Amino acid sequence: MKINSRQELEELAALYKKALECQKKQILICSETACVASGSLEIYDKMQEIMKEKNIDCVVKLEKDPHEGVGVKKSGCHGFCEMAPLIRIEPGGLLYTKVKPEDCEEIVEKTILHDEIIDRLIYRDNTGNPYIHIDEIPFYAKQTRIALEHSGKIDSESIEEYIAIGGYSAMAKALFDMTPEGIVDEITKASLRGRGGGGFPTGKKWSQVLRQEEEEKYVVCNGDEGDPGAFMDRSMMEGDSHKVIEGMIIAGIATKAHHGYIYVRAEYPLAVERLKMAIESAEEAGLLGENILGSGFDFDLQISQGAGAFVCGEGSALTASIEGNRGMPRVKPPRTVEKGLFQKPTVLNNVETYCNVPPIILKGADWYAQFGPENSHGTKAFALTGNVNNTGLIEVPMGTKLKDVIFDIGGGVKGGKFKAVQIGGPSGGCLCITPTVDHLDMHLDFDSLKKIGAMIGSGGLVVMDDTNCMVEVARFFMNFTQNESCGKCVPCREGTKRMLEILTDITEGRGTLEDLDKLEELAEMISATALCGLGKTAASPVVSSLKYFRDEFIAHVVDKKCPAGQCKALVNFRIDPDQCVGCTKCARNCPVNAISGEVKKPHSIDVTKCIKCGACMENCNFHAISQG
Amino acid sequence: MLEQKEKEKIDHILKKYDYEKSKVISIMQEVQKEYHYLPQEILCYLAKELGISEAKIYGVATFYENFSLEKKGKYLIKVCDGTACHVRKSVPILEEFRKILNVTPEKPTTEDGMFTVETVSCFGACGLAPVCTINDEVHPAMTPEKVRTLLAELKEGIDEN
Repeated sequence: MKINSRQELEELAALYKKALECQKKQILICSETACVASGSLEIYDKMQEIMKEKNIDCVVKLEKDPHEGVGVKKSGCHGFCEMAPLIRIEPGGLLYTKVKPEDCEEIVEKTILHDEIIDRLIYRDNTGNPYIHIDEIPFYAKQTRIALEHSGKIDSESIEEYIAIGGYSAMAKALFDMTPEGIVDEITKASLRGRGGGGFPTGKKWSQVLRQEEEEKYVVCNGDEGDPGAFMDRSMMEGDSHKVIEGMIIAGIATKAHHGYIYVRAEYPLAVERLKMAIESAEEAGLLGENILGSGFDFDLQISQGAGAFVCGEGSALTASIEGNRGMPRVKPPRTVEKGLFQKPTVLNNVETYCNVPPIILKGADWYAQFGPENSHGTKAFALTGNVNNTGLIEVPMGTKLKDVIFDIGGGVKGGKFKAVQIGGPSGGCLCITPTVDHLDMHLDFDSLKKIGAMIGSGGLVVMDDTNCMVEVARFFMNFTQNESCGKCVPCREGTKRMLEILTDITEGRGTLEDLDKLEELAEMISATALCGLGKTAASPVVSSLKYFRDEFIAHVVDKKCPAGQCKALVNFRIDPDQCVGCTKCARNCPVNAISGEVKKPHSIDVTKCIKCGACMENCNFHAISQG
Repeated sequence: MLEQKEKEKIDHILKKYDYEKSKVISIMQEVQKEYHYLPQEILCYLAKELGISEAKIYGVATFYENFSLEKKGKYLIKVCDGTACHVRKSVPILEEFRKILNVTPEKPTTEDGMFTVETVSCFGACGLAPVCTINDEVHPAMTPEKVRTLLAELKEGIDEN
């Protein structure tokens, strides 16, 4: 299938659209990493098997000829990962959660053939309220999806379905109806800002590359989503690969660049596989390669795989890695827009940024401006994780309040009491509730967060409750950044090491009040003098925890106590004599014989011998052992 | 010196990437897929064929965490210690693996060369936290108890073979 002109693309789109509408039912089985891990591919196979047995016409691949069958598809991320594996049945937007291969027969028999709803598979909230349609579920109701608009709605491995819903028409519009300057103006007017964390205006970046007079330029997509706790970009690359590609081609048209690279981190094998598949089918269709749609514009695309280095998310380190070098940042200027990949002018944007481009080109900057505040239009995808009831992938208008995200969409905190949310990963800070601060009404957008020393980052939101120790979390992030520091500049290489030592001392009971001042001093020095973004922001989680949870730090250094009971060295195990029945199980399980007592009489722990392994508490059947 | 058969295997990979210097990372990834680590003599051979110095290829290989210059176990266990997994208590899971297999961060592979235990910054499967992977198969919502069952199953498989 080679598409030679815009007209052919439009005709094909109409045909595929008709064919898609002709399918009586569509079963969309989520097949991104989380659902696959929960067994969704088995469900995909089983569905087809059962349909075959029952002689039901099953359409796995969309063809041009209208075909009245039941479509069975591997879709992109539905977002509601907590309830994986998920199945969506269209028309009607019926969502089945936690589906098992054993349920397939019943789904086909009842829902597909007789339109009956299977009660036990529909979603119920904490109070037991059932929700049949996906749009009514509170998790979805408050979201606005632009970057993720297709995720979960189409077959993620099919270029035909992407074309059917209007895919590549934004590219055609950019090619035939707009000038490069016109595209840059539209993106600038839309005030689209880089979704990788920096929030740099995309239009400005593109105009700087367009201005360069070099013949050879590059478009690079940063898919090195290294922030622990973030997976928005992975979902987009896996679930809507063609949209990423289309966004990149438009960037190429706008900046007169003809070569593109997608840099994907090594931990995302499925994203690499899907992108490869998408690039191949786009090439076959003539949507990538020479003379795209007969316009005279050429654009080719390659995938470059990372090999496990967080610092490669930084622009100059990323391009160094594509060139086959150690991924170390360099001093700027010259900036990437002037001398980027292979020393040529380069547009470098994040996956989510590219995913916002086709809708803006298609619907216009004015349409996009209805979402989000001034200077930061549009939506932002977040990975909502940690101790929250509804973990998953969400997308909300910029400026949405934190409480709406955590309580309305996230369904509140799991088990404990809300304490803080870590935003922006190892470069970000925390938003929290303490006796003096309440960030729940905080607007999630670039400028509001910057004011309080946090950042949106790539969009990881990790919810923490009162069982999470903020000092330990600060140590955890410092450990991460220290590991990932490339070692090129001294402030980051040595500074993070010293900070980690101090934080480890504090969590192990060797900290002093003086250490807290030292931490602040080091933090200031590192952010002022480090070479790249990784170093400059390395201390942010510590600074932010010290600001809002100083009491917890003081409890660790002065009282030698960990209020959350997380820091093992500071925890003491205690047997409650009223609960203990003297079964001796704890004493038998203690590896250092620190527990003594007579049978059927309350036991006690010798704290001088105790190594705080927790084996006693784990083994006690009577909840008689507590820590604190 | 490399045997002829090995050489052919490596040449095939090099050819696939047109002996392109800038593809050295992808080339090493393919080599590692084949051998589960980067043997020294192969690295030297790659350097020669690509026309780069041994120091340079060593520099690149040691910079990235995914590359290993040491042989790994048949079962490669990666425990995610990303933020989401960490706050959902991934450390006890890691400790359980290490305790049962008697390995440490310094010596991550078991004596018999069957298991290697490593940590990973984030798989991006945070919705299922805490997770681990065994030879790239993702195991969701892990608990120390599941660690015991998983290892028992794997060991049973080894004994049967």
